[in-house]
Amino acid sequence: MENRLQLRKLNKRDFVLLLVLLGASLGLLAWFWFGHQETGVMVEVTVDGELYGTYSLKEDQEIPIISKTSQSESEASNYLVIAKGKADMIQGDCPDKLCVRQAAISHVGENIVCLPNRVVVTIIGEEAADTDVIIH
Amino acid sequence: MKQRSKGKTVALLGMLLALALLCSYIETLIPMPMVVPGIKMGLANLVVLTTMYLLGPKEALAVSCARIFLSGFLFGNMFAVVYSLAGGILSFCVMLLLKQVWKYNILTVSVAGGIFHNLGQLLVAALVVENVNILYYMSILFFSGLVTGAVIGCISREVVLRLADLEGRK
Repeated sequence: MENRLQLRKLNKRDFVLLLVLLGASLGLLAWFWFGHQETGVMVEVTVDGELYGTYSLKEDQEIPIISKTSQSESEASNYLVIAKGKADMIQGDCPDKLCVRQAAISHVGENIVCLPNRVVVTIIGEEAADTDVIIH
Repeated sequence: MKQRSKGKTVALLGMLLALALLCSYIETLIPMPMVVPGIKMGLANLVVLTTMYLLGPKEALAVSCARIFLSGFLFGNMFAVVYSLAGGILSFCVMLLLKQVWKYNILTVSVAGGIFHNLGQLLVAALVVENVNILYYMSILFFSGLVTGAVIGCISREVVLRLADLEGRK
């Protein structure tokens, strides 16, 4: 029965740790909401950690992305569409389709990831778009 | 705790594994908000946590790993297995440390487990795509791990209390 009381009782240490974790998560959330308000200018696509291309958010366009999982060298594994200043993955040959189900993105820092194909689409701002070399 | 025969333990673990697998399956049926990929209820952790408290850490680790492989190949793919394994092992280590060494309450253990499960998965994902940008998901995954961990922790506590009663009545 001693065991039973132990399970029920939240010690002071428990409260402290829970509060620390809650504080950390609220802090991260605040950073997430307030840190990603800036409307993006460009879309950066990386495949396997390497830069695949950068595209303007202002131009409506469809971008075929060719990755290692593509059937042939000319066939795209994912399709990215830029429309009305938002980037959205509309097609992917990955098994889980998480990248396709994710909503369109438009703020700096937001991204869409297709893990199986190792494709990452990130929105970047004016400054980042100006740099020639992107170091990973 | 009363010594259980080996056969009985094996049977019990098999049943727990089946239960964990069922939890994984139920989870695939529940649609989760798609703000960020990877938000999950973590129902299977309910079984792992309960096993850890009622039977012990070794048994819980066995159930957890077996569950990840089975559910990964049944409902997901190779990728799902790798990410789940990273999250599962990291969260297991953290939970074990909090429970055995620092003697925290089951609720705290579960919350930390939920958070670290998500962090482990995200870190492996960042390594795989070789892009640190995706760590930006951390904020939401941290919070979702905290919330689901708290829910699972509350349920586990009740389950452990009731199953411990069952043990005593025999």
